[in-house]
Amino acid sequence: MEPVLTSGQHVGDHPRPEKNYLNENTRVWDWMTTVDHKRIGLMYLVGSLFFFLIGGMLALMLRLVLMTPQHTMFGIAVDAEMYNRMFTLHGAIMVFLFIIPAIPGSLTNFVLPLMLGAKDVAFPKLNLASFYVYVAGAIMAVSSIVIGAVDTGWTFYTPYSSSSSQTAVASMTMAAFILGFSSILTGLNFIATVHKLRAPGMGWFDMPLFIWGMYSTAVIQILATPVLAITLVLLAIEKTFHIGIFDPKYGGDPVLFQHFFWFYSHPAVYIMILPGMAIISELIPTFSKKTIFGYRAIAYSSVSLALVSFIVWGHHMFVAGQSQLANVVFSALTFLVAIPSGVKVFNWLTTMYKGNIVLKTPMWFAIAFLILFAIGGLTGIFLGTLSTNIHLTDTYFVVAHFHYVMMGSTVTAFLGGLYYWWPKMTGRMFSEKGGKISCALWFIGFNATFIPQFIMGSQGMPRRYYNYLDQFQPFHAFSTVGSWILGLSLFTVAGVLLASLRKPADAPDDPWGGTTLEWKTSSPPITHNFHDQPVLEREPYDYRPAGMAGKGH
Amino acid sequence: MNWLTGRFMLPPQGSAFADQVDTTFLGIYWLSVVLFWGITLTTLYFAWRYQYKAGRVTPHQTHNTTLEILWSVIPLLICVGLFFWGLNGYMKYAVAPGDAMEISVTGKQWLWEFTYPDGSKTINDMHVPVNKPVRLVMTSEDVLHDFFVPDMRVKMDVIPGRYTQVWFTPTVLGAHTFTCAEYCGKDHSGMKGIMTVEKQEDFDKFLATGGTEWETYRDSGDWAGWGKLQYERKGCNSCHSVDGTSSKGPTWKGLFGKTETLGTGTTLVVDDAYLQESMLQPNAKVVKGFEPIMPTFQGLLRNHEIKGLVAYIQSLK
Amino acid sequence: MSTTTTDLHAHGGHDSHGEHHNPFHQHHFATMEQQFDTAKIGMWTFLVTEVLMFGGLFVGFGLSQAKYPQEFVDAHHHLQRWAGSLNTVVLLFSSWTMVMAVHAAQTSQKARMKMFLWITLLCACVFMGVKYYEYSHKFEEGLLPGMFYHSQPTDTIPGSHGYATFFAFYFMMTGLHGIHILIGMGLILWLLKNADNFNSEWYTPVDLFGLYWHIVDMIWIYLFPLYYLIS
Repeated sequence: MEPVLTSGQHVGDHPRPEKNYLNENTRVWDWMTTVDHKRIGLMYLVGSLFFFLIGGMLALMLRLVLMTPQHTMFGIAVDAEMYNRMFTLHGAIMVFLFIIPAIPGSLTNFVLPLMLGAKDVAFPKLNLASFYVYVAGAIMAVSSIVIGAVDTGWTFYTPYSSSSSQTAVASMTMAAFILGFSSILTGLNFIATVHKLRAPGMGWFDMPLFIWGMYSTAVIQILATPVLAITLVLLAIEKTFHIGIFDPKYGGDPVLFQHFFWFYSHPAVYIMILPGMAIISELIPTFSKKTIFGYRAIAYSSVSLALVSFIVWGHHMFVAGQSQLANVVFSALTFLVAIPSGVKVFNWLTTMYKGNIVLKTPMWFAIAFLILFAIGGLTGIFLGTLSTNIHLTDTYFVVAHFHYVMMGSTVTAFLGGLYYWWPKMTGRMFSEKGGKISCALWFIGFNATFIPQFIMGSQGMPRRYYNYLDQFQPFHAFSTVGSWILGLSLFTVAGVLLASLRKPADAPDDPWGGTTLEWKTSSPPITHNFHDQPVLEREPYDYRPAGMAGKGH
Repeated sequence: MNWLTGRFMLPPQGSAFADQVDTTFLGIYWLSVVLFWGITLTTLYFAWRYQYKAGRVTPHQTHNTTLEILWSVIPLLICVGLFFWGLNGYMKYAVAPGDAMEISVTGKQWLWEFTYPDGSKTINDMHVPVNKPVRLVMTSEDVLHDFFVPDMRVKMDVIPGRYTQVWFTPTVLGAHTFTCAEYCGKDHSGMKGIMTVEKQEDFDKFLATGGTEWETYRDSGDWAGWGKLQYERKGCNSCHSVDGTSSKGPTWKGLFGKTETLGTGTTLVVDDAYLQESMLQPNAKVVKGFEPIMPTFQGLLRNHEIKGLVAYIQSLK
Repeated sequence: MSTTTTDLHAHGGHDSHGEHHNPFHQHHFATMEQQFDTAKIGMWTFLVTEVLMFGGLFVGFGLSQAKYPQEFVDAHHHLQRWAGSLNTVVLLFSSWTMVMAVHAAQTSQKARMKMFLWITLLCACVFMGVKYYEYSHKFEEGLLPGMFYHSQPTDTIPGSHGYATFFAFYFMMTGLHGIHILIGMGLILWLLKNADNFNSEWYTPVDLFGLYWHIVDMIWIYLFPLYYLIS
């Protein structure tokens, strides 16, 4: 029997209003000039998924090229230069145009004000501006492909990027610079919103944990991104004026660039993973029908991950020529990351203990997340430990590790969140069967693609390699086949979700029995979110039967 | 058995240091295996055991301070232990013994050049005596590179304008691959070679004559075969083809005896003297249509190696 | 709140409750006070990003100075200390006039507010004028960044990259600061154009601009000794 999902504290739906945020003012111009966070969220969703598609296609092509030592793709020979451009583009698009903006820009933009019981984000016009800055950055990035592409890797290491590469490095770095501003503006908006627009009765510790995760993300966005911005400007100026900052030819220091770059880009890793953790903190209690275990521990662990992220950047540089003392200190600090990450996982697991677990599609993704994040996190220990890092850094082991964290964890959570909030965004329920098939394919495809890369890496296969030793060929072939399953799973996700749009709205206000405020308005919500200003009467994730509930932990 | 112990993850060991790294690696591997299956099986068990049942009331467990402290402190202690384990190995990697033999390494797009204590040089072909510590003093002529020997478990960036060091004691005779592990442009993946670990007497012979194989070739009189070996070892193959295709330099196929037009317009017939000159002063007479980009091999090629190369070119009809 | 109907919301605009209705009250804020506080948090957050962005340059400058101590001392003799000091005084004064402008806006003294805004703008013009003078002097003498640097007879280590690096940072940091002053001048003009809208109930833009102006001023306070008073 299909379980009936009610939270116990929310009975009955509003009659479905005729007008909602989707069918009111539907001209293209209305969409382009909208300041409604829900519409901006959808536009971000379309934008970032578009680049996910492009980046994903590039990944599939790279895997095809690597499948055999002949380096052909559908019979077309691909040379080393082409290959280098492809992997650079794959990295840059996935990092700057997909993962960083995806969850904050799309899902969070849509959900955050609803969860807080607010009518909009603090600065709606700024929100729209940040979307257009994103579009401008995206156009700039795409144009750099047209004017010669980039072959430096997404890390733009000097002096290759500043003097040796003859490609469009300047325009790609300027694109990343512009995209950084979009990220800053989004973070700024969320911080102000969380501080000042919480519903009456909602204290800091009554906020859903998703908000805690996104608040921590926003803090990193505003603190780290300006440093990347100025670093990329310095790089562009150095390239134009031949100034000695990073390039030894003019008296600069290439290791300094790496310090500057990772000072941003390590926290940026947490801009990518914290939103994933934030989503999981919603999915697990909702589908376990049980209050979250260790609310404060999870909230504090998000904040502490954000803070720790600023003091561990040197672990990217153990063999880069920084001092040996720095290596030792950064290794010690790096282990601190394990503690809050572990705390989250243990709390999620304990939340499931003695729950009443409804295995709907989003929960499937949450379980997939727990397993994939375990692999991603545990392989991080190999890399944080000094002696093993020396052997493993700059190999496929690192490639596999960060794909497990960035893709296996963040993208899994993103897909779970997308399925979870899809009924709220569109008013449509999707096919559960289709959703579960897509999750299974995703899980199998992902592991098939990246587990061989761990083995290759620890056996000594360096990353960013066009040619490889014959002994690695079977692993590459296996990984390539896995990537096809992965690609298939994403097309399945798209098919399942798009198919749901063909029928009339059928989603109830609260299809999953969620307790947070976004489920208290209609699906899809009206333009101003709530019919009445919601007032928080109970803490989030309170699944006690009515009458026994109360506020306060 | 390798599949059981986790050894399958690692390449063969070539140095004493490798064994130490592997012990740490396998320790973390087993810790990870236990934790991974612990987390995964618990998740799956909970999902199965507590599956939805109509009417089931879930307990309202908000937190448990003892548990929270336990699962913060125990991982912290494990991490402290792992940190010191890694530090212990790293200290060995960081400090080279004073009596280590020094070899200078220069990375450039896209080859490795090695200079031995006696001044002799090789390209992409490294020889070291077994059971003797070797210290590499490395620098780059252009962009970042990274010298990585998987079998020795050592790796270090090679940086322009700066010297970096790495050391190891090779313990296993035979060939070990080394590669460039820091992205350096187009032929990054081609920037690799073989490190031959050999007995001290063979190493001494190598320094004197260019290798133990030399004797075999000399005795058999196979000059062309000797030249072919040099073609691969000295990096000639990165610019000159032997199958007629054009690359950065002229192909060697059919080169000997051919009449070439030079950039200056004059013509000449390719003979022994021209080939030898082209190796030692490569940019004196450049064939029309090619850039003067070849580095000089003065000091890099011994006389019997030049002779072998000329014989090899001669054999490519 | 519970009396508001769906219909009113659907037509957008402002909340219909409450007797007193400020035209600058945005619909998604419950009160003007909440709106003001939110704007202020947003502005402070923005200023944090500004400080961090300049922070990157300060770190870069510091590391370069450690690398080329002698060159940096030589190069800083080419800066006119009197011009830097004058600009410091001008900016400090303008910070004070800005405080007075904000205070005038808070107390609905429109004429007074306009006067102080004009004085602030004038100070900004003087600052940029002096900057123009300093820059043209550098251009004439070839004290330029990177490959455009012309070596000077006073260079004690001829041929060092340190001089070109010093002027690269000089132009980047004072230039970025100058751009902030220019943007500020544009914003003052905008404030003056809309001056009639500001009163004790709604003066958010004036207040926020005041914060911005103080940060720009403060960054100069750090830049001045960094460049003009190296010892």
